[in-house]
Amino acid sequence: MRTVFKTSYDADINLFRHKQQFGWYLALFALALALPFLLSNFALGEATNVLIWAIACMGLMILVGQSGQASLGHAAFLAIGCYANVLMQQRLGLPFLITFPLAGLIAGVAGALIALPMTKLHGIYLAIGTIAITILVEDFIVIAEPLTNGVIGLIPPPITIFGLVIDRYSTPNTLYYLTLGITLLVVLAYRNLQRSPLGRSFAAIRDSEISAQAMGVNVARTKAVAFGISTGITGLAGALMGHYAGIFNNETFNLIISIQLLLAIVIGGLGSIHGAFFGAAIVALLPQTIAFGRDMLGGLIGGGSIAIPGMEAAIFGLILILFILFEPMGIYGRWVKIRTYFELFPFYRKDMFRRQKAYLKTERMR
Amino acid sequence: MSLLELDNVTLRFGGLTAVSQVSFSVEEGEVFALVGPNGAGKSTIFNLISRIYDPAEGDIRFDGKSILDRKPHEIARLGIARTFQNIELFDQATVMQNLLVGRHRHRHSRMWSELLFTPFVRAEERRHREAIEKVIDFLDLQAYRDKYIAGLPYGVRKVVEMGRALAIEPRLLLLDEPASGLSVEETQDVAFWVEDIKKQMGVTVLMVEHDMHLVASVSDRVLALADGKMLAMGTPHEVQNHPKVVEAYIGVADEHEKVLA
Repeated sequence: MRTVFKTSYDADINLFRHKQQFGWYLALFALALALPFLLSNFALGEATNVLIWAIACMGLMILVGQSGQASLGHAAFLAIGCYANVLMQQRLGLPFLITFPLAGLIAGVAGALIALPMTKLHGIYLAIGTIAITILVEDFIVIAEPLTNGVIGLIPPPITIFGLVIDRYSTPNTLYYLTLGITLLVVLAYRNLQRSPLGRSFAAIRDSEISAQAMGVNVARTKAVAFGISTGITGLAGALMGHYAGIFNNETFNLIISIQLLLAIVIGGLGSIHGAFFGAAIVALLPQTIAFGRDMLGGLIGGGSIAIPGMEAAIFGLILILFILFEPMGIYGRWVKIRTYFELFPFYRKDMFRRQKAYLKTERMR
Repeated sequence: MSLLELDNVTLRFGGLTAVSQVSFSVEEGEVFALVGPNGAGKSTIFNLISRIYDPAEGDIRFDGKSILDRKPHEIARLGIARTFQNIELFDQATVMQNLLVGRHRHRHSRMWSELLFTPFVRAEERRHREAIEKVIDFLDLQAYRDKYIAGLPYGVRKVVEMGRALAIEPRLLLLDEPASGLSVEETQDVAFWVEDIKKQMGVTVLMVEHDMHLVASVSDRVLALADGKMLAMGTPHEVQNHPKVVEAYIGVADEHEKVLA
């Protein structure tokens, strides 16, 4: 096990705990850079999809994992980011470099404003309240047909950055690198949030609102800020999703997407950036995996392709149930346990990560 | 001028009068204790000062100014820190992160600069960490600095909560039963710390405590309450021997018992 001897305050502030950790992430980054040369165009497209989902998951993770508020409304903010980005390009003729950050900003401001009246809601009530946002936005897209083209949908123009054309099919490499760059920026912002006072005030309202208040944290405002940052990042992911999908309408961002996002971060591991990536990989790759499995199975028994409606949702549900039963800390939690096992070998104890019950919660004030 | 003044404060929950016309003042630099049986309204007074409840009547002044127009989260900024009877720490965070939340009052950076982690934010962080390191040294929490609260024993949590309140760098520290559930040795530690908080840091302490030994050893003045009413105020010795206080705690023998005796 590595023990880091801290000799300055910066040891706690820096992004990486030690040089080896930095080395590992550098190697991962190098692998990510080399991916277009290692994968087929189809697989690279899937990798891009995973990264886009990872951005969306990080957005929701900030809300659920850091500030402890549930949301089933994040598909709406994917939609807001996506439509804002494309409409500004099509109607106002603005370039992607301007519309993209603006789309995030619009989704963020919308999220913060919607959150303000909702900050008094907790847990399941908040989740139900946010479902309404998803449904409202979905219906609004249909109703506001002159603006959004309703159920027919919109086709985003190819991204052009300083004359460089980025399109999913003609130039998959550049779309991948663009997504990778944005993912890195979001990860950096997330890490910065975690090590700054704002991130700590998120953790404070997650664990005890009453004492957060006593420490001088404005609970209602902090919740709204958490919503704003979360939906802003989700909006960025939505904008990329639009370009990746090639065509989108009201059904692209329905309640199922909201649920899948929430499932992804729970399966991945709440409260960690790693969890967002693991969860995104599961959600983005599962449909393809099921399709492959179905084809293989069909080939084996010689019956052609088998189509079972609801198969995807059932497998999703099964995975979620298994995780909640056997590994509530998600994939990342399991990974930490395995790592600790080897670090401490042979001194790992079975109960090391057991969560303890706090004292006298009944007398807690809300 | 007193640091904290309660002026005829009354609080009712429906028909129940939880605090009835309570007036007292805490002078700068003293340790003031509230004692009384369960349900006497001690913690309710703390919650009134924290602005969680609005008094029906009366006024609460800090440093000469009424705090009744302040919101609960603005109280810390005035320099009033508190702990909770049932430990309200941030369980899924480390001891250091908990203490750093106490520094929220001293935050000068804004959201955007924090997302970019500008050199200013880094300098601020170093300052915060230096400040909490002093608290960690003061309360001997070095061994627990990077431990998660969820895995810590009860006694350590109590100390961390006191440390978090101290990280605010308060002028007035409200301690809600700092020794409840602690062992004899830990209670002695609390007594020493309260003395040091008063003498070294110059922080005024208002505390609720049932342990009369602790109260008698550290407090300058004591106010005894029962059923929301003031019974007696004075030095620990005076209050302990006040007939009304004895009556509230032990009760008086009624006629039936007298006959038996």
